[in-house]
Amino acid sequence: MTDIAIIDYGMGNLHSVSKAFEYVAPSASIIVTSDPDEVRKATRVVFPGQGAMPNCMKEMDARGLRDAVVESALNKPFLGICIGLQMLFEKSEEGDVKGLGILSGQIRRFPSASMIDAEGQKLKVPHMGWNQVCQSNNHPMWKGIAKDERFYFVHSYFVDASDQKTVSAQSSYSFPFACAVAKNNIFAVQFHPEKSDAAGLTLLKNFVQWEPIFNC
Amino acid sequence: MGLAKRIIPCLDVTNGRVVKGVNFVALQDAGDPVEISRRYNEEGADELTFLDITASSDNRNLILHIIEEVAAQVFIPLTVGGGVRHVDDVRRLLNAGADKVSINTSAIMNPQLVADAADKYGAQCIVVAIDAKQVGGTNTEPMKWEVFTHGGRKSTGLDVIEWAKKMQLLGAGEILLTSMDRDGTREGFNLPLTRAVSDALDIPVIASGGVGNLNHLAEGVLQGHADAVLAASIFHYGEYTVCEAKEYMRKQGIEVRL
Repeated sequence: MTDIAIIDYGMGNLHSVSKAFEYVAPSASIIVTSDPDEVRKATRVVFPGQGAMPNCMKEMDARGLRDAVVESALNKPFLGICIGLQMLFEKSEEGDVKGLGILSGQIRRFPSASMIDAEGQKLKVPHMGWNQVCQSNNHPMWKGIAKDERFYFVHSYFVDASDQKTVSAQSSYSFPFACAVAKNNIFAVQFHPEKSDAAGLTLLKNFVQWEPIFNC
Repeated sequence: MGLAKRIIPCLDVTNGRVVKGVNFVALQDAGDPVEISRRYNEEGADELTFLDITASSDNRNLILHIIEEVAAQVFIPLTVGGGVRHVDDVRRLLNAGADKVSINTSAIMNPQLVADAADKYGAQCIVVAIDAKQVGGTNTEPMKWEVFTHGGRKSTGLDVIEWAKKMQLLGAGEILLTSMDRDGTREGFNLPLTRAVSDALDIPVIASGGVGNLNHLAEGVLQGHADAVLAASIFHYGEYTVCEAKEYMRKQGIEVRL
C-alpha cells in the first residue's frame, strides 16, 4: 500500500519534494510515479509542477494521467504545489491554456511593467524568494505554523480565484494574491513547502496526517 | 511587508572541499561542504550557492554526491554552477537535488543552451552568471563593463548590460552578477555596476564579489538595488553569522527573513 504518490509527468524537479517527504515521514511508503494506476492506489497524492503550464498540461496528458489526477483531487488528500496549484483552475494566461477546471478562477501573469512595492520601487518578475503567507482560515494544514510565516516562492503567474471561500492564505507582491487554496480534500499552494525550511516541513508533515472532512 | 531580500552564502567547491581564494587564485581550504551547508541553514541562510571550481573532469561527479547529501538534510533552495555545458549537465544536477543551475562560460559559447535549458526545465531554475570587469575609462576610451570568462582572464567584448538583457530574453530566471574587480578584495560590491544591471532588468539580480563586512551587504540592496546578496569568506571563517548579517540589514530598514 502506497501512502503518498508524487505525480511525475516529466516537468521539473521532483527530487526535492520526495526528499522532503522522506524526511518528515520516514516510515511512510513514498513513490514518484507517472503510472495512473499507482496514483489511484495511493492514500495521498501530491501534484507538483514546474516550468510552463502549457507544457505541464501537455506532458500530463501525454502520460494519460489526467483522469487519475482529477479523481484523486475529488476523493483523497490532495496537495498541489506551484504549477500543480495553477493547473487545478479553469484557465491560464500562460499560453492561453485550459486547466483542469476543478477550482474556479484564472491564472494571470504579474504585470512586469507596473509592479512596485509600497515605497514605489520596481518589483522583479519572477516573484522569487521568501514572502509572508498570511493565513485567512484555521485549516488543519496550518497547524504549528505562524499566521504570517515566510515561505519560498518562485513564479511569474498567480491565482485569481473566483470563489474567495477557497482562499486559505494570501501573499502580497505589488498587490495581494491567493497563495494557498483549500476545498474539501484539496489543499494547494503557490509556494514551495519542500524548499521552505522548518515551516515548509511542518506543512508537509501536516499533509501526511491530514484527514479531510468530505462534504456530501 | 512583502518579499524579503535574500542572503546567499556561496561555497566554492573543489575536489569535495570548500575553498576560498582571492581573485580565483591562492586557494585555501575552508571545510566540509555538507557540514558548512548545515550550519548556514541553521543560521538562517535563504539559499545556498555551490560553485564547482574543480579543474579536472575526473572529479566532476564529486559535486553530485555533495548535492545529494546536502539536499537530503537542508530544505532551502540550492544553486549549483561550474562546468555546466549541456542540457544534460543541467538534468544531472537537478536530479541530484539542485533547484537551480548556474550557467556562465557556456552561455557565452552557446547562448542557445540557456534557451534550451529554460524551455525544458523552466526559467525558474536557470541562473546566468556574469563575471564583469570595468574596461576603458581613459581619455580615448569611455568606461564600460565587459563580460569576462576564465576567472576574469579572458575578455569577450560583450557589454554586461546588453548581455544581461539578452539572457533575460532567452529565458534566464535570475542573474548572478560578480564584479571581478572586487572579488576577493573585501572592498564591497561594485555598486554602480550592480545598480545599472538590476535597474535594466525585470528578473532578480544577485550581487556578488567583494563583501568584507555587513555594511557591504546592506549597500548592495540599498544602493545597488540587488534582490539578493551573495558572500563567501565573511561567513566561512566565522567572522559573521548569517543571522548577524540579517539583523544588521533589518536595522538598515531592509526586509529580511528572521
